[in-house]
Amino acid sequence: MTLENIQERIREAAGRGAALRIRGGGSKDFYGNAPRGEMLDTRAHAGVVDYEPTELVVTARCGTLLSDLEGILLEKNQQFAFEPPHFGPGATLGGCVASGLSGPRRASAGSVRDAMLGAKILDGRGQLLAFGGQVMKNVAGYDVSRLLAGSLGTLGVIVEASLRLLPRPPEECTLKFELPQAKALERLNRWGGRPLPISGSAWRDGELSLRLSGAASAVHAAAQTLGGQAVAQEDAARFWVGIREQSTPFFAGDAPLWRLSLPSQAPVLELPGEQMLEWGGALRWLRSRAEARTIRAAAAQAGGHATLFRAAQKAEGVFAPLSPILARLHRDLKRSFDPAGILNPGRMYPEF
Amino acid sequence: MGSALPAIDIQRQKQVAEALRAFLPERCVLWAREDTQPYECDGLTAYRRVPMVVALPETEAQVQRILQTCHALGVPVVPRGAGTGLSGGALPPGDGVLLSLAKFMRVLRIDPVARIAVVQPGVRNAAISDVVAPFGLYYAPDPSSQIACSIGGNVAENSGGVHCLKYGLTVHNVLRVRGYTIEGEPVDFGSEALDSAGYDMLALAIGSEGLLAVTTEVTVKLLPRPVAARVIMASFDDVEKAGDAVAAVIAAGIVPAGLEMMDKPATAAVEQFVHAGYDLDAAALLLCESDGSAAEVEDEIARMEQVLKDAGATRCTVSRNDAERLRFWSGRKAAFPAVGRISPDYYCMDGTIPKKRLGEVLNFIGAMEKKYGLRCPNVFHAGDGNLHPLILFDANDPDQLKRTEAFAAEVLEKCVEVGGTITGEHGVGVEKIDQMCVQFGAGELEMFHAIKRVFDAKGLLNPGKAVPALSRCAEFGRKHVKAGQLGHAGLPQF
Repeated sequence: MTLENIQERIREAAGRGAALRIRGGGSKDFYGNAPRGEMLDTRAHAGVVDYEPTELVVTARCGTLLSDLEGILLEKNQQFAFEPPHFGPGATLGGCVASGLSGPRRASAGSVRDAMLGAKILDGRGQLLAFGGQVMKNVAGYDVSRLLAGSLGTLGVIVEASLRLLPRPPEECTLKFELPQAKALERLNRWGGRPLPISGSAWRDGELSLRLSGAASAVHAAAQTLGGQAVAQEDAARFWVGIREQSTPFFAGDAPLWRLSLPSQAPVLELPGEQMLEWGGALRWLRSRAEARTIRAAAAQAGGHATLFRAAQKAEGVFAPLSPILARLHRDLKRSFDPAGILNPGRMYPEF
Repeated sequence: MGSALPAIDIQRQKQVAEALRAFLPERCVLWAREDTQPYECDGLTAYRRVPMVVALPETEAQVQRILQTCHALGVPVVPRGAGTGLSGGALPPGDGVLLSLAKFMRVLRIDPVARIAVVQPGVRNAAISDVVAPFGLYYAPDPSSQIACSIGGNVAENSGGVHCLKYGLTVHNVLRVRGYTIEGEPVDFGSEALDSAGYDMLALAIGSEGLLAVTTEVTVKLLPRPVAARVIMASFDDVEKAGDAVAAVIAAGIVPAGLEMMDKPATAAVEQFVHAGYDLDAAALLLCESDGSAAEVEDEIARMEQVLKDAGATRCTVSRNDAERLRFWSGRKAAFPAVGRISPDYYCMDGTIPKKRLGEVLNFIGAMEKKYGLRCPNVFHAGDGNLHPLILFDANDPDQLKRTEAFAAEVLEKCVEVGGTITGEHGVGVEKIDQMCVQFGAGELEMFHAIKRVFDAKGLLNPGKAVPALSRCAEFGRKHVKAGQLGHAGLPQF
């Protein structure tokens, strides 16, 4: 589907007030409230538009496969610093930006939003709009391209995105520590305040895995200081992919999966169910059948929010409710971008 | 620059001042000319306007009442931090209230475990790093004005600095902004967690130039201070070679902590001022910094030195200790005041370009120097493509002022033409508002206005800044075409 086709579809649907369900590879169909509307498949609008390794920037169309793109970057020894989860072989760049999800490296290297430099969108009128650009420093106009990261396609069809890249670290090493959750949290926060090259952390069931990345000298020196048990390179690589892609046993089964985003130093949450930590303690995964409001209240109490990440039943809503003022700003922003309310309606919040 | 100023409406002034005095103590409301005059401009002194009233609140509750009052009376409000901005973002309204946050100077909370600080908007950028230094932490963004500029202004402009290639801009280092809408409603953007539910409103608020809300509290992320840092000062006999060397460093898989360039005229001006020991024969000087653990810095400095030499550096000097490192940087950080000493006035530009177009843009600037008969030294955040050409002129000569304006406009439009932007970190303000018409089409500008209306339906908060009215762009387009200056046909006509 060419850009003109997508544009035509949007205009036509806006005229009828018909909802469009924007979809790339469908790898994140599970995320957000249930998709509805007529399918708008973005996969044919694909390809790298510009890649200049010395600028540390890549620009590609929404339908580009994330795996293809990462392969191209790998040839130049570069990567998306936010380590995007794919959640399936069909994952596209458009879905990556729209979902705004980042992987294990996020706590140290920033999120999708942090890497966003520019985007082209088709808004709800079918207007092609370009925000940001291909340069790292750019303060002309409101930062709409970062606003798009995690907007779940509700503000526009993201047809092209420019993202910042980083060189791949020359050296990585993973260490393991036997620690209960409270101790792991304490260590992670203490280490976070020291200049250590930590690039990933995951705690589960009394075992903390810590990844170090950077110059060989820095990684070796840090490993020496921290102690722990070194994990073989291949096992470590497989382990972090498993965390990123949620293919480890913790993520199997059918208990609802909650994603709690909290200040890293928040204490251990006393909630029923199994927990896993990432991002130095700032991300807590919870498998629990506890009531949504109990979990949301605990997250809010700790200074963060809870998302119902994967579940068969989403009647309670996926995302934490907004304050009245933020809810109004969201509704009005949505209306500015999509006056007919046809782009992924309800995917983020039922009221828009 | 500088336009005829309408006289202040005395009736209106009295009405607004009295409405504010109803709940603010005398020391918090200024309207006598001798008191308001100091607020007539920010760091961009070419634009001046005396505000009708200045409000200096001391509490959040007072900020809220001021906004409620102004909203009810339909009075424009312009927020101001330290007033160091370089784009006229805090240029006062002649018919409204200049809202100074200068009294909001408290550090409210430091949490060394969570590595955050909660500060009021009037706290100076450098003061944050000073106050958290005992914990081995610091706040990374370091704009050159960091000893004077305040965090509230940094949020408004999304300020960068010389280390943002590695550590990011304000938007990457702020977790939460608390503010008030023009209606006086409190609102929190972001949180102390790494993300929030819903749209990323924090990203929208940062860099919004005070058009969407008034910031009253900022939660910043703190980083552990690197154990070691060293900088290489590399000389090149050709500016383009220096540009290629920058690309070579990045291509080698290195992201330096800082990567800055100065051309020969800038180096000469700076050396007279700070005696940093710069190589005055070099056509371009690169400052290339590495930080991290001691071993990491040794490795990286050695690698960078090799890359720079291979790229044709004629001389490389590595700082031997921290005093020397700071001395190497002192010149770069003092570039603007140094240039201020060799010319009655200077005009600083802020375009960003893809680095690979550097040679082309520098040659273009050289041609413009001849065309307009004005000198233009260059300092350049080379790592991220952010140019600060400084046009030297004398504001007392109206013709020079006019030529400077035209020179700057051409350079900014060149930045857009090569795929860059008109402003990398100083903001649009009033200064670059016409160039917004070159960078964006009617659709994007209309969307910006729509976003503004979501937050401020009456258009009272910092009106006339950052986003041009479409009618202004139409007028700008006509003038431009008539003057025959615009070389590219991409100009949106509306």
